[in-house]
Amino acid sequence: MDTSPHLARPQWMSLLAQSDPADLAAAMDAFAPPADLTWLRPAQTGLYMLRGRIGGTGPQFNFGEITVTRCSVQAGDHIGHAWVRGSNTRHAELAALADAMLQDDQQQVPLRLHVIEPLRRALDRRRDEASRRAAASKVEFFTVVRGE
Amino acid sequence: MYVAVKGGEQAIARSLEHLAEARRGDTAVPELTLKQIREQLRLGVARVMQEGSLYDEELASLAIRQAAGDMLEAIFLLRAYRTTLPRFGYTLPLDTSAMRVRRRVSGTFKDIPGGQVLGPTYDYTQRLLDFGATPPAAAVLADAPLASPMPRVLDLLDAEALIERIEPGSDPEPVDLTREPLMFPADRATRLQNLARGDEGFLLGMAYSTQRGYAESHPFAGEIRMGEVDVVVCPEELGFAIEIGSITLTECQMINQFHGGNGLPPQFTRGYGLCMGEGERKAMSMALVDRALRCDELAEPNYAPAQNQEFVLSHSDSVEASGFVQHLKLPHYVDFQAELSLLRTLAAQHAADSDEPLLSAVGGQQS
Repeated sequence: MDTSPHLARPQWMSLLAQSDPADLAAAMDAFAPPADLTWLRPAQTGLYMLRGRIGGTGPQFNFGEITVTRCSVQAGDHIGHAWVRGSNTRHAELAALADAMLQDDQQQVPLRLHVIEPLRRALDRRRDEASRRAAASKVEFFTVVRGE
Repeated sequence: MYVAVKGGEQAIARSLEHLAEARRGDTAVPELTLKQIREQLRLGVARVMQEGSLYDEELASLAIRQAAGDMLEAIFLLRAYRTTLPRFGYTLPLDTSAMRVRRRVSGTFKDIPGGQVLGPTYDYTQRLLDFGATPPAAAVLADAPLASPMPRVLDLLDAEALIERIEPGSDPEPVDLTREPLMFPADRATRLQNLARGDEGFLLGMAYSTQRGYAESHPFAGEIRMGEVDVVVCPEELGFAIEIGSITLTECQMINQFHGGNGLPPQFTRGYGLCMGEGERKAMSMALVDRALRCDELAEPNYAPAQNQEFVLSHSDSVEASGFVQHLKLPHYVDFQAELSLLRTLAAQHAADSDEPLLSAVGGQQS
C-alpha cells in the first residue's frame, strides 16, 4: 500500500494526460532530458472506442470513438508510457518522458515539486472555476405563500 | 449489354478547382482558423463529432471548414478519416455519475439535491437577432463550487421503488457496429450505438412523433446533465487504469409512464440518451426513441414508426442516407434507356388496345 502523501504512478500518469499541454511543456522545460533516451514507441495516434452504460448504470454499449496518442520511451532503466486524448504528439512525448523520469528516485523529488504539484494545482483551479461559474447559474426558487 | 462510358475527367478537375475557390470565398477575407471554429462554433463541432462518431475537436473543426459548413458533409469526412487510424482498444465505461457538472436540470422535481443549474443554455434567450458586436462577456463565479459528485435525480424515485432499475447484470460485451453489421432484432446496447451516431434531425422527428401519439409515450425529462467526464483506459502494457483526458458529454434520463406488463409492476420506465459535447436536443431525442424501441420488451402495442427498430435503425445514419439519396445524381443513362424503351412499348400497346388516342387519355384528368 502506498502510504506516501504523493501521487502514485496511475495518478501522475492521469495528471500528465489531463494537464494543458502548454503548461506541461513549460514545466518540463527546466529539466534536461536524459542523455540515454530511446524512443521505444514513437508517438502514434489511434482510436479508442468509448463505452457508455445504458441508463448510466446498466450494461455497456459502444458510444463512439476518440482519438488517442500513445508513446513509450526508455530513460536509463526506466520505461515511461503515455496515453493522452487527442492527436498532440508533443503532449504524449512529454508525458511519457515525465513518467520515465518520475520513476527515477533521484529525479522524482524535483519533478514532483516543479512539474506534478504545479500541474495539479492548475488542474484543480480550472475545475474549481468551471464549477463556480456553473454554480452562479443555480436556480433559487421563491415560493409565494397565499392566504394565512 | 453493358456499355462503359468514359469521359469528363477534365470537367471534374475544373469542378474541383471551382469548388476549392467557392469554399474559400473572397480571399480579401481572412480564412477561418480551426481555433476560431472550435471556440466560436462549438455546438456545430459537437454535432460533427457525435455523428461522425469521433471525439476530436480539431478534426471536427477541420471537417467543418473543408465542408464549408455543410454538417452532413463534415460528418462524412470525419467518418472516412477514422477508418485510416488504428484501433487501440475500448475505454472503461464512462462514469457519468462522476461528471463535473456545468448544467443540470430536471423537469420532474423542483427541489433536487444539488439544485437546478442552468449553465450555458439558449433556453432563456429571446431568439432576437443581436446586430451589435458581441461584447466580451465575463461570467460571474459563485463563492462555492457545485456538489461533487452531483447526485442523480432518478435516485430519488429509486428509493421508493417507483422507477425501473438498470443494473449491469452479467455486463455482456456489446456489439460494435463499426466491426459487425446491424442485425435484427438488435438488443438495446446495439440500438444505442446506432442512435448515438444517428442523424439529429431524423431522431428529432422520430422523437416528436412519439409525443404526438405515434407510440405510447408520456415522457418527463427526469434529468439532463452536461459537463466533463474522465476517459479511463487500462492498457495491457500497464495493467492498471489511467485517465487519458476528459470530454464534454450531455446525458438525458427520460422517464415514462408504464402501466405494467410482461411480468413487471406499474412503474416509471426509462429512456436513455448520451451525446458528445453540448447536445441536449440530440440526447433528448435519443432517449425518447430509445424508450419507444423498447415496446416489445415491455409488451406494448407495436404499431408506430418510432417503435419499429428496422425502420428507425436502418434509416438513422446520415452518411448512408445521403449516399443513397444522392447517388441518383450519378449516371443512370443505361437504366433509364431501358425504362424508356419499355414505357414506349407499353404506351404503344395501350394505344392499340383502346379506342381513345393516348394523349387525350393522359391529359383527360386535367381538363
